[in-house]
Amino acid sequence: MAHIQLKTITKKFGGHTALKGLDLEIQDGEFFVLLGETGAGKTTTLRLIAGLEKPTEGKIFIDGTDVGDWGAAERDVALVLQQYSLYPRYTVRENLEFPLKSKIRRVEPAEIAERVTRVAKTLRIEHLLDRKTDRLSGGEMQRVSIGRAIVRKPRVFLMDEPLSALDAKLREALRTELKNLQMHLGATFLFVTHDQIEAMSMGDKIGVLDKGRLVQTGTPKEIYSNPLNTFVARAVGSPPMNLLDGTLASGRAVIAPKSFELPCGSAAPARGADGRPLVFGIRPEDVVIEAGAPVEAIVHDVENHGVEKIVTLRVGDWMLHATAPARVDLAMEQTVRFDWNPEKVALFDRATGVSLRHAG
Amino acid sequence: MAAVRTSGEVALNRVAIAAVIVITLVFLAPIYWIASTAFKPRNLATTIPPTVLFQPEVSPWVKLFTKRSQLRTQPTPEEYEAAPWWERIVFDGGEKVVRDGRGNVQWSAYPDRFMNSLIVAITSTVLAVGMGTFTAYGFSRFKMKGEADLLFFILSTRMLPPVVVAIPMFLMYRMVGLNDTHWGLIILYTAFNLSFSVWLMKGFIDEIPKEYEEAALVDGYTRMQAFFKVVLPEAATGIAATAVFCFITAWNEYAFALIMTNRRAQTAPPFIPSQVGSGLPDWTVIAAGTVLFLLPVAIFTFLLRNHLLRGMSFGAIRK
Repeated sequence: MAHIQLKTITKKFGGHTALKGLDLEIQDGEFFVLLGETGAGKTTTLRLIAGLEKPTEGKIFIDGTDVGDWGAAERDVALVLQQYSLYPRYTVRENLEFPLKSKIRRVEPAEIAERVTRVAKTLRIEHLLDRKTDRLSGGEMQRVSIGRAIVRKPRVFLMDEPLSALDAKLREALRTELKNLQMHLGATFLFVTHDQIEAMSMGDKIGVLDKGRLVQTGTPKEIYSNPLNTFVARAVGSPPMNLLDGTLASGRAVIAPKSFELPCGSAAPARGADGRPLVFGIRPEDVVIEAGAPVEAIVHDVENHGVEKIVTLRVGDWMLHATAPARVDLAMEQTVRFDWNPEKVALFDRATGVSLRHAG
Repeated sequence: MAAVRTSGEVALNRVAIAAVIVITLVFLAPIYWIASTAFKPRNLATTIPPTVLFQPEVSPWVKLFTKRSQLRTQPTPEEYEAAPWWERIVFDGGEKVVRDGRGNVQWSAYPDRFMNSLIVAITSTVLAVGMGTFTAYGFSRFKMKGEADLLFFILSTRMLPPVVVAIPMFLMYRMVGLNDTHWGLIILYTAFNLSFSVWLMKGFIDEIPKEYEEAALVDGYTRMQAFFKVVLPEAATGIAATAVFCFITAWNEYAFALIMTNRRAQTAPPFIPSQVGSGLPDWTVIAAGTVLFLLPVAIFTFLLRNHLLRGMSFGAIRK
């Protein structure tokens, strides 16, 4: 169990800067998810903490100790990767024993056997123990891989997209399993993913990375309902937040060019914002389709998701996602009327993309 | 294996098999020739047209291992009776086995030369493959300045035909006293093979995902332990393929062995033909020496055949 802190970390690979002045703090026992696209610097962050890379600038603390000079072995972290994480030619049992047989750990043979059995039981892989790893399915492999991390009782679990290579059903099952496991162990997890659903459903806290910078950190709820800028607004949520260009005119959003006008509620600043170029953000579930609503739109597309429908509305030049209950009948090209929840509108500066609420 | 179905495919398959058999026979013919000569009586070895059917003999093999001289006088019947079977064969050929003052049989130089070949080839192979693997690992896993230039430099040692440097090498060896020593040849062959070994091994090691070692590092192992426990077993195929190539090169090398050695450290390749010049050439003995000389490479290759099959298709093995 450990507390991790990264202080103004910069990492350069030759001329390429992977991370720029990254500050990150992970509390003891927290499930922290780093969310970002490919090349955002997620894996680099993980490798820096694991000790597989050295930062160009900045310091890394584990439980308050500067571990800058420590090798990977001394940091006592466990790493689970998307693939290639098991030793080939070894059986599952040998793979699970491998970290315990390291000279720096000196675990008694009897205890090794006991720990391996216990972990195999937890992950339901007892029947696979004597199988060679190349005869496992993808899901089994990742289970063993997670098992190899758990047997060690490391201070921190680092997971680099461990579920990305699996099919959807299995991914969902393992997601739940992993989250339960983390709560059961009370361990510190740093989980890296590009999948915002994974981030939202598993994380106690989410850090959104963009091009080597940490854009926003917060609980899934904070990130979702109060994104710091348009990047985060787009990165989280499926479908993402609707972002519409417009200006503010006495507390009402005027979506340009001349599409529609709706009130903004308390999200709008009291004064000084009129006429300023803004981006209005509204989550699909806060767009309500109902008869007698103020704005007219045309149904462009309907996606059936079982519990609800995701409706794409066409208003002037804009496309807008909305949700509707499954039982509501909607036909393509049908004319409907919609409103939005004015209290949920987020306002961003059009030039910087930063939320007015965060800018103060 | 896909099942062969149509009659056209069956016919094509038969033609292909026939072609393979013919090609195999053509390639095996010289080997049959040398192996059969090793069991022929001396007078049948060089007949025209060649003798195909004959009563096989072991006389070439007895002669290969013994030191002999021409008989001046026929042995007495008592002498002939008292002699062991293999000595009678020598008598029958008009020669006698040389014995020292106490009556011990004098061996030919062949076993010594053969042993020299083994010592030199095995030691230089172990050195070249061992150093090559470590070097390749370094090049494969660590970034360094001028990496490409260094690799090219290593390769460049093979761009010159080796015989070109034979004379300067000979002079240098004479100066430092490496002439006619095992180490002299070992150093030479290791140097030949090293560039090859580095390049080949780098190809193999590049294909081993570095995630394996990193997992071992994180699991509490040092880089060295990770190398031996994780990388080496994965590289076994490549090591086997490289070792066979290096061994064959060192085992078959003729020109430098001829120039650099004459007695103590002489290997089999320059020794076998040197027998042609002493007295009338006895092709059956040369053939016997050659057949025996072929065996180690054949055995070595056979033992590593599983690795080799995978090694030959390197670049295409793992995903």
